[in-house]
Amino acid sequence: MPAKAADKRRQDVSGPSRGKASKAGKAGSKKRDEDASTEAGDALGDLARALVKSPDQLELTEAELKQEITRTLTADNPQAPQNIVRFSFKEREYKLVDYLDQTAIHFSLNGNLIPKDSDEGRRQSIRSNIEAEKAPDETPAETSEQAEIKDEEQAGDTEAAGEEEGGEEEGAAEEEAEAAEAAEAAEAVEAEEPPPPKAPEKKLPNQFNFIERASTTPFNPLREKGCQTEPIPSLNFSATIHQWDIYDAYVEELQRMEKAKEKEKSKPQAVKKEEEKRGLRKLSHVEVQHVEPITRVAKAAKIAERMVNLNTFDDIAQDFKYFEDASDEFRAQQGTLLPLWNFQYEKTKKLAVTAISWNPKYKDLFAVGYGSYDFMKQGHGMVLLYTLKNPSFPEYIFSSDSGVMCLDFNSEHPHLIAVGFYDGNVAIYNLRKETSQPSYKSSAESGKHSGPVWQNELVHMDVIKLSGEGTMQGPEGLQLQTLGCGTSFDFHKKIDYLFLVGTEEGKIYKCSKSYSSQFLDVFEAHHMAVDTISWNPFHLKVFISCSSDWTVKIWDHTIKTPMFVYDLSCAVGDVAWSPYSSTVFAAVTTDGKAHVFDLNINKHEALCTQLVVTRKKNKTTHIQFNPVFPIITVGDERGLITSLKLSPNLRKMPKEKKGQEVKKGPEVEMAKLEKLLSLVREPEAKAET
Amino acid sequence: MEETEEEKKDEADYKRLHSFPLIRHSDMPEEMRVETMELCVTACEKFATNNESAAKMIKETMDKRFGSSWHVVIGEGFGFEITHEVKNLLYMFFGGSLAVCVWKCS
Repeated sequence: MPAKAADKRRQDVSGPSRGKASKAGKAGSKKRDEDASTEAGDALGDLARALVKSPDQLELTEAELKQEITRTLTADNPQAPQNIVRFSFKEREYKLVDYLDQTAIHFSLNGNLIPKDSDEGRRQSIRSNIEAEKAPDETPAETSEQAEIKDEEQAGDTEAAGEEEGGEEEGAAEEEAEAAEAAEAAEAVEAEEPPPPKAPEKKLPNQFNFIERASTTPFNPLREKGCQTEPIPSLNFSATIHQWDIYDAYVEELQRMEKAKEKEKSKPQAVKKEEEKRGLRKLSHVEVQHVEPITRVAKAAKIAERMVNLNTFDDIAQDFKYFEDASDEFRAQQGTLLPLWNFQYEKTKKLAVTAISWNPKYKDLFAVGYGSYDFMKQGHGMVLLYTLKNPSFPEYIFSSDSGVMCLDFNSEHPHLIAVGFYDGNVAIYNLRKETSQPSYKSSAESGKHSGPVWQNELVHMDVIKLSGEGTMQGPEGLQLQTLGCGTSFDFHKKIDYLFLVGTEEGKIYKCSKSYSSQFLDVFEAHHMAVDTISWNPFHLKVFISCSSDWTVKIWDHTIKTPMFVYDLSCAVGDVAWSPYSSTVFAAVTTDGKAHVFDLNINKHEALCTQLVVTRKKNKTTHIQFNPVFPIITVGDERGLITSLKLSPNLRKMPKEKKGQEVKKGPEVEMAKLEKLLSLVREPEAKAET
Repeated sequence: MEETEEEKKDEADYKRLHSFPLIRHSDMPEEMRVETMELCVTACEKFATNNESAAKMIKETMDKRFGSSWHVVIGEGFGFEITHEVKNLLYMFFGGSLAVCVWKCS
């Protein structure tokens, strides 16, 4: 029993000692309980031995010893007074106080922890965070964090402890517990001040453990540069002056001035004239100078223009030079005309081409005369000289009041052109001079012809004019009367005095320069006006004529009847022999077609009939062969000159037999034609006989 | 006495006659030369008695007008050897007995 009591007492001791209890109470009760427990322990140990009695122990009888004494455990504070009486002034008597505070505080400790979520707690945490950021190194931050964590844990522990304690003393001691918590909170608030001084102290352990970082902006590298200006040019000068120097200088100056005055007085007019002359010369000199640069540029500009043209018409130039129509081999004697450059000039668009002539010296230069075949309307005329090197603009331009009917180059002086006009004038243009006016012009006084001048030819500076009136005039006053109006004529190539004249009526007269009044022979050639007559360049006897009666006829001047007749089904404007072959000639008809014949190959048909001008209502008027290149130029009513290249079939030379030498030259050509003619003649001769 | 009077007259005459500005040597451009000559004449007439002031005036005006730095010598008898910038020298006589030399050299 005493053991049980001892156990109970131990429980009693340990229970309150678990929670917080006031020190005094705890201390006191602990002592007594300890004593009791040691006694109990001793008693148990000494049971075997004789009971050890303390001197002041109550002596009890055995019966009293065996008596059971009940002890009850209550939560009441044994120290607390139980019968407090208070005087109530209301009832005027003493009253017993019912409720007594049973809380016995065994232990109290003032803590310095505050809850994290309270205002002060938040403030402190922010402050500590700032301080943590200030410290650059991590370890102090970590340690501070750890310290914070520890604080928090402690706070949490104390809070938990506070809660547990509160929980334990619930029921009767709730108010006391709450009061205690409130007291604790107040104590905690008071204890807040110690923590802030702790925060700066946290940095101390990290003071000697920080990392340095430095950086510097880039700077431009320095460079030295020096320069020096050129020294100003300077000269040395020295002199000495004395009074006599000054005097002498003045005297000299005065003398000079006097002389100058005298000169002025003595010859005023002469000087003035000289000055004027000088002024004029200066002007002219200036003009010349002014003009010179332009002329210098003109040459360069001309070359540039030609280059540009060559580039523009490059393919045509290539064709002109190198292209040979390969399909001619398959065409079996047929040929083609490949169109090359077109020459046209703005101002001549309304004029018809009336004459074409190649320059005998410069093989790429040709002259074109413009006028009008419409006898009702007659406008102005132009003579343009084109070169193959510049198809876009004529080299020389001459304009005249009257339409140009015919023109020709002088064979010995290739810079002279004789031009016949519609109004009967004949002019000679000199290409060497820069003026656009003719050098010589026949005027009314010198026997001008009233009708249009159809054709002229320059031979040895002689000009033969053939007029529409029916007279023929040469330079020596040679006059011939024809019955009809002359329309065309041609001089024999070799026999100087022999020439042919064609008339409007269709007759051809053979004349001689030496016989002024009579013609040698007449041919009844055509039914309509003879447009062109031309001697064969190789054969001495043959000439060709064409007319508006749609025919082209080839004659031997000894025989009255034509050798060959070709009907072209349209009025023939012009016919021309080729310069390289005696049997090739070309004709143009007013329907815009060009016909090329080669008697050697085909006596009856044209080798090539090709439409040259594309526009409707455009008649081709003239045709000319280039003496050197295998091209022909065709002029039409619209002022357009078309140049065409002859395909190889049209340019055939007679095939040489194997083993024989190739003979070239006029003899061969003549022989070729002679052979042909003989074929024609023999049957005729036979027929005649 | 008559002779001295005549001499004085002659002197006065020749001074009058010879008082026009006569350029002895110059390599300035036309405009510059004319301007400088007129300036010298003005200065010499203004400071007829004091060559130094006349020279000062000419030099300062030339510096302002044509850039530094100009040198001016005015006198009746002197010899000189100078280095001058090309096209910046004027050497002239004036007033019958004065010689003025103006040049630029920095």
